[in-house]
This record gives sequence, C-alpha cells and structure tokens, in this order.
Amino acid sequence: MGWFSASKPSAEEQARIDEAKQDPVHMYVRNIHKSYGDHHVLKGITFDVLRQKTNVVIGPSGSGKSVLMRQVIRLETPDEGEVVVNGVNYAALKGMDLERVRRNMGMVFQQSALFDSMTVFDNVAFPLREHTKMSRKEIRERVMDRLESLGIGHAWRKWPAELSGGMQRRVAVARAMVLETDILIYDEPTTGLDPLTVQTVDELIAETEEKFGVTSIVISHDMASVFRIADRITFLYFGEVAATGAPSVLAEQSEGPVAEYIDASGVSREFIVAHSKG
Amino acid sequence: MAGKATAPTDAQRATPEDEEEGFSLKKLGEAIAKFVLAPIAELGTLARLLSQVLFWVVRPPYRFRLFVEQAEFIGVGSVFIVGLTGFFVGAVLGLQLVDGFRDFGAENQTGAVVGIAMAREMGPVFTALMVSSRAGSAMTTEIGSMRVSDQINALITMAVNPVQFLIVPRFVAGIVMVPILDVLFCSIGLFGAYLVCTMLLGIDPGIFLGQMRWLVDWPDMMQGLIKAMVFGGTISLIACRQGFYASGGAAGVGRATNRSVVHNAIAILALDYLITALVLGQGI
Repeated sequence: MGWFSASKPSAEEQARIDEAKQDPVHMYVRNIHKSYGDHHVLKGITFDVLRQKTNVVIGPSGSGKSVLMRQVIRLETPDEGEVVVNGVNYAALKGMDLERVRRNMGMVFQQSALFDSMTVFDNVAFPLREHTKMSRKEIRERVMDRLESLGIGHAWRKWPAELSGGMQRRVAVARAMVLETDILIYDEPTTGLDPLTVQTVDELIAETEEKFGVTSIVISHDMASVFRIADRITFLYFGEVAATGAPSVLAEQSEGPVAEYIDASGVSREFIVAHSKG
Repeated sequence: MAGKATAPTDAQRATPEDEEEGFSLKKLGEAIAKFVLAPIAELGTLARLLSQVLFWVVRPPYRFRLFVEQAEFIGVGSVFIVGLTGFFVGAVLGLQLVDGFRDFGAENQTGAVVGIAMAREMGPVFTALMVSSRAGSAMTTEIGSMRVSDQINALITMAVNPVQFLIVPRFVAGIVMVPILDVLFCSIGLFGAYLVCTMLLGIDPGIFLGQMRWLVDWPDMMQGLIKAMVFGGTISLIACRQGFYASGGAAGVGRATNRSVVHNAIAILALDYLITALVLGQGI
C-alpha cells in the first residue's frame, strides 16, 4: 500500500492485530543494523518488548541507545532487521501504513519537545485535532481528563516555558498517549533532573503503565531509576546486546560489562534487590 | 542472550595527531571538490524540498489557519519596514535621476524612469530583500529551534508530516504576500519620489505623473509581480530549508540563520537577472 491507501486497517488486518494482541511480547526487535558512513553503530540488535510492562534499554554513552530508539520509532530506517509490532514489520512500512502504526506509539523526548508556541492544553490537544474528528467539547474533555489523571490539570493554560522539568515530562506523556497509544517510548526521561523529580518521573512511568495499560520502553543510564521501574532490562554495549532479562538476573552478574556498569554507577546490589520490581 | 560486545581498541581510536597530519594533496583535492560541489548539493537539497512541498501542498488536510498566521507574519509584519524602505528608495532615486538628467535637460523624464525602475526592479528586489531579512531569518530560527529541540521529531512521531505542517504554509504565504508587499513598496516609493521631485527639486507634478502614466504599462507591473511571487516562494523555501536541516544546537541555528540571509540575497539577485532575461528575451 502506498501514500494514498486508506488510513484504517482492513478486516483481515484487524483480525491479525487482535490475534497478535494476545501475545505477551508486544514488539519483536530483530537483528537491527545501522551505520553512518563507516561507523557501524548498531550491530544486529535483537530483543523482545513485553506487553504492558516497563522495558528498559540501558548502556553507557555511545552504546547506541538513542540510535536504536530512532529506528524503533522509525525516525530513521534501519539498514537491516525487523521491528514487528502486532504482527506487522514496522521497519518495512511506508507512507500511510507507517503513519497508521505510528499513531499507536508515542514518544517522550529527553527535553520533552513540547511545542513552545502552544499552551499545555493545545500541546495535548494537538494529536486529537490532527487525527480525529472529535468535537471541541470532546477534545476538551479528553485533554482535561489526561492532564488531571497525571496531576497537572491546573496547568492547562500555561506555556511550556513556565513549567518545571517534571511537569514538562508529564505534559509530554499526556500528549504522547492522548490518542490512546499502545506503546510509549521515553528517551532518557530523568536526564538533568534533580533526585526528587527523578522519583516523580519514575512514579509517572509506573502510573501511566498501570492506569492506561501501555507498554513502556525507557532509554536510560540512571541505574537507580532503572532498577526501580524496570520489568525487563536490555543492556547495550557498543552497538550490541550484552545482556537482556529481569533486573534481578542482571544484578546477579558478577563480571562482564553489565557488572562493571552497575559497580561504576554506585548502586549497590542490595538496593537493586530491595527496589526492583517482583 | 549475551552477545559478544566489542569495544573499540586504542589502536582503532582516532588520536589528535591523526587530525593534525598537515598538508596533503588528498586533503587539498577534497577541499576543492567540496567547495565546487557544495553549491550543486545545496541546489539538489532545495529541489528535493521543493518537490516535497509541491507534493504536500495539494494533499489534505489544508491548514488554512496556519496559512493565515504565516501571511500575517510575513505580510502584515513587514508592512512598516517595506513601506519605510520604499519611501527612501523612491526619494533617493528621484533625487539622483533629477540630478543626472539635468546635465542633458531630461529631468522631465524622471517620473517615467522612476516608475519603470520601481515596477520592474526596485520594488520586487528590495521588497524581497527586506522580507528575507525580517521574516526569512525568523523562519529559519523558529524551525531550526524546533529541529534542535526535537519538536520536528515529535511531529513525525505523532504522524504529522513536518514539511506539510511547517513549510507548506510558509511557502504559500510567501508567494501570496510578497507581491502584495511589492505593490505597497512601489506605491510608497513613487510617492516618495513624487514628493522629492515636485516639492524639493521643482519638477512639475503634472509632467512627473504624465510621463509616468505614458511609459509605465501593465507588462511592467506584471514583470515585477511575477518576480515578487518567485522571490516570495524562494525566500520561504531557502529559509525553511536552512532551519529544517539545522544541527548543532543554538550555535548551529545561528549559523543556519546566517546562511539563510546570505543564500536568499544571492538567490534573489540571481533569479532577478534570470527572470528579467527570460521576460525580455535577451541577455541569456
């Protein structure tokens, strides 16, 4: 299908999507490669994203985390590999098909990326105005519902520049999921925030997952935060998956890059055991 | 589960010494090739962006409100600067022509020459340069800031095409508003020339206006308006291109804005010659 194809899935496609939704794995990332010139950044990344869980991708700076997310959300097209969401290889889609799948994903950028020419309300209403035929009243109700459920209903008239970092993240989350998205991707959501706000953002990610049943993918290098929120961790090291599994499994490693990274972060194994989910 | 992760070795990493190898013929060749190919690459980028704009301009949704906002910004926002520039350009043109024509007793032709010059050349070129400096640079800064703060990526992740959302309204507003500003520039410029020539330099008002009406015709106005339309689209396209592909944070946006003004000035003057030559059927 191309640019001019219908924006709604066919009955057959819908049936396949419904069937795929029973799968506990929401997204299969398979053998992703990406190079920039001679620099081979991603060298065959493979991991699973669990449905309605918090999936964290960690790794040192330059390990390819952000590049990987750019392939997953299709800001860039991978040189090789598949990203299968609900049975559809997202990495191979184009035009309206890509746009349609994209509407089921939201991204919360590192600096929130709120439109600074719009108020908080207009930022959150933006996807609804672009993609739905909802009335003004319905849009107002949906936006206020999202803002209030995230604890920022009072800020609807403010401009992004008037908000704190934590509040900006909340608005970004509200905007990313206002279309009832299935998957939310957070790009280093706690970078540059103070410890209290980091905790607030961690709680926000957990709350969002719980209240709205979304699948979260979080890119981070904040180890304390990672072990508080993660159901599953994928550790990237120089463009390859060095380890993937539950937080407690990764915390058990006593040597190799994962162990070195945990030790260097200053987070104790006791903290990980005490604070990790499950 | 665990893949074989390989960190680059010390031997593979580039060192500062590698960067400071000094002069070599290869480097010189690359620098010359880059210098020669850069304008061609830039034209290619602009052509690609223009094709995307033309593709998206006819596709729904039609965001009329965004067009009105941009028309207001480019058009209404430039009225003062364009009007002021027009007045002084007209006034100084009248002053120079009367002074020059007096040497051979042709000062009565001033109105006609001012009219022709304003309608065909001064109006569209000066208007475009003013709009490029005021609105074009602001477009680059705004879109560039959106690029470096991930707002354009946010649009993409929300399944909104950024070319259609950001560039199309500016492109159409440029094409519509610059000709209107050109008419304003010419009107105020002619008024400035009329004031200087008739009230300060003693040219008869009837002769000034009569000569102008006798020589300036619709084709002259149309030539100016066509140029203004082309310049309007070009200003928006170049300004948006520089902002859209900006990188390198605030400094990168600053450099993009600088390039936007310089490239627009060059493009306006080069296109002016090209359109003039095409319309007159000579000079190519």
